Amino acid sequence: MNAHELALTANSIRQDVIKALVEAKSGHSAGPLGLADVVTALYFEIADIDPKYPWKETRDRIVLSCGHYCPVLYSALAHRGYFPVSELLTLRKLNSRLQGHPHLRCVPGVENTGGPLGQGVSLALGMALALKLKGNPAYVFCLSSDGEQQEGEVWEAYNMAAKYKVDNLTYIVDYNHIQIDGPIEEVMPLEPLVDKYRAFNLNVMETDGNNMAEVVKTLRKAKEHKGTPTMIVAHTTPGKGVSFMEKDYRWHGKPPNVEEAARALQELEAAREKI
Amino acid sequence: MYHLHPQLFLKPEMKPTRDGFGKGLLDLGSTNKDVVVLTADVSDSVRVAEFGKQFPDRYFQCGVSEQNMMAAACGFAQEGKIPFLSSYATFSPGRSWDQLRVSGCYSNVPVKVAGAHAGISVGPDGATHQALEDIASIRVLPNITVVVPCDVEETRKATVAIAALPGPVYMRFAREKTPIITIAKTPFKIGRAEVVQSGRNVTIVACGSLLYEALVAARALARRHISAEVINCHTIKPLDVVTLLKSFKKTRAVVTVEEHQITGGLGGAISELAGQKFPVPIERVGMRDMFGESGEADELLIKYRMKAPDVVRAAQNVLKRKK
Repeated sequence: MNAHELALTANSIRQDVIKALVEAKSGHSAGPLGLADVVTALYFEIADIDPKYPWKETRDRIVLSCGHYCPVLYSALAHRGYFPVSELLTLRKLNSRLQGHPHLRCVPGVENTGGPLGQGVSLALGMALALKLKGNPAYVFCLSSDGEQQEGEVWEAYNMAAKYKVDNLTYIVDYNHIQIDGPIEEVMPLEPLVDKYRAFNLNVMETDGNNMAEVVKTLRKAKEHKGTPTMIVAHTTPGKGVSFMEKDYRWHGKPPNVEEAARALQELEAAREKI
Repeated sequence: MYHLHPQLFLKPEMKPTRDGFGKGLLDLGSTNKDVVVLTADVSDSVRVAEFGKQFPDRYFQCGVSEQNMMAAACGFAQEGKIPFLSSYATFSPGRSWDQLRVSGCYSNVPVKVAGAHAGISVGPDGATHQALEDIASIRVLPNITVVVPCDVEETRKATVAIAALPGPVYMRFAREKTPIITIAKTPFKIGRAEVVQSGRNVTIVACGSLLYEALVAARALARRHISAEVINCHTIKPLDVVTLLKSFKKTRAVVTVEEHQITGGLGGAISELAGQKFPVPIERVGMRDMFGESGEADELLIKYRMKAPDVVRAAQNVLKRKK
């Protein structure tokens, strides 16, 4: 897909995130909307995956360590053809496959159980090491959130990823500067984040996570890099595409109500015209 | 027929259970290419260093990072590998319980967690290093199997056996040399409790190296005309309900013996079973809701009342309550 098509797809994915969340009456809004462009680039352009053979041995693995972002994961998988888009409306409901935080293989394409922060960062490392051991050319992408970087476990994982020169692995951190209790800078500052990653001997790149052309270019470059694990710091706008959600930490952990959802969908539809 | 080591009641041969883990891993290393080993800076004391020498490409030194080690091991497991990860039980699963719960048990992947230096017999290192709560904290997790082998030989067998199980496993073993109770042809099957010796008056259910104390106690009881049935309950989850209930119905009095808190571990599991299926008086030998301290292994086992005379006393007490 070209950047234009990808941006349109990201818009559709965002609209279904809103629809799923309003129906679920709980869940996270801002992060999933902000990361939708990166997720779209991965599932529709960068990762070597095929929904017809969701567990093909050589598929690229996409690990969602920040499990609370799952509305955007589910929406992307549905749009990519892994399961019906209509099923998104069962998010967080009894007997649904779409759990409030993802469960390994709950639907085709879900590569990990996620929720307790930090675990996916280590899990992806173990997967990447195992793939190398098997001589499997698959690549591992791991999405994590900025608040997640406050977990000590992630730094343990970066240490080990660098030690073993795990170069079939790219971490993408969604640097949107909000967490549940407030702005990152107030709750627990991360700066100088990029310097910290460099100090951990990672191949560090930065990107505007809401500029589709730039996201695709950065991800492509990351996948080609050899010798060290890559860390992409994706600067994103939380709540991207919905004016009243953007950059407001209060939208980290709540869904829109019916009126808010209608406004959000209206705004996204209007934005779609301009893509 | 339950084969006991011929010298058991003369002068028992002594070896640490952790040696059996190391030996089992070497057996697996050469027979199963999918087995990988992870450790967290305690490779020699948990007996995985030799695996690292013989199979360097399948050996991952994680440094002091138990949480990362656990979740990374689960990543290996998701990719079809059979990861064994080992540290002291107080640190892993002690510090990596959440990773085991979510990425191991909820995902239901074949991660094999080996907790070394378990029990009070760790000795001089003191209470911080004496895992006495691990069986309790792991046993409550869905999908996992919990194994506590009784000696070096059984630990070797258990190590090989758990590699073949499709789900997560926790196995604990100890630091100090303990009597070799079993031999190569002694039966061992995950999930099956073994009646080591048959008896009529009281059932003694033991796990880990304290099975030896239970057997010594049974001989002492025999001299007092009390016939004790001794069961090696090496698998604490899933419990062998059939074997245990059959024995409880026969003797109607039970003593549990373990190097663990008397709540939540083997004693807890047996009490739950009996309480629901066949209520009988139970006495539990183990740590009584307290922390340990520094000292030699045997000094500690004596002070905290986990030796054969304590098992004898527990049996006598339970017999007083028997109906």
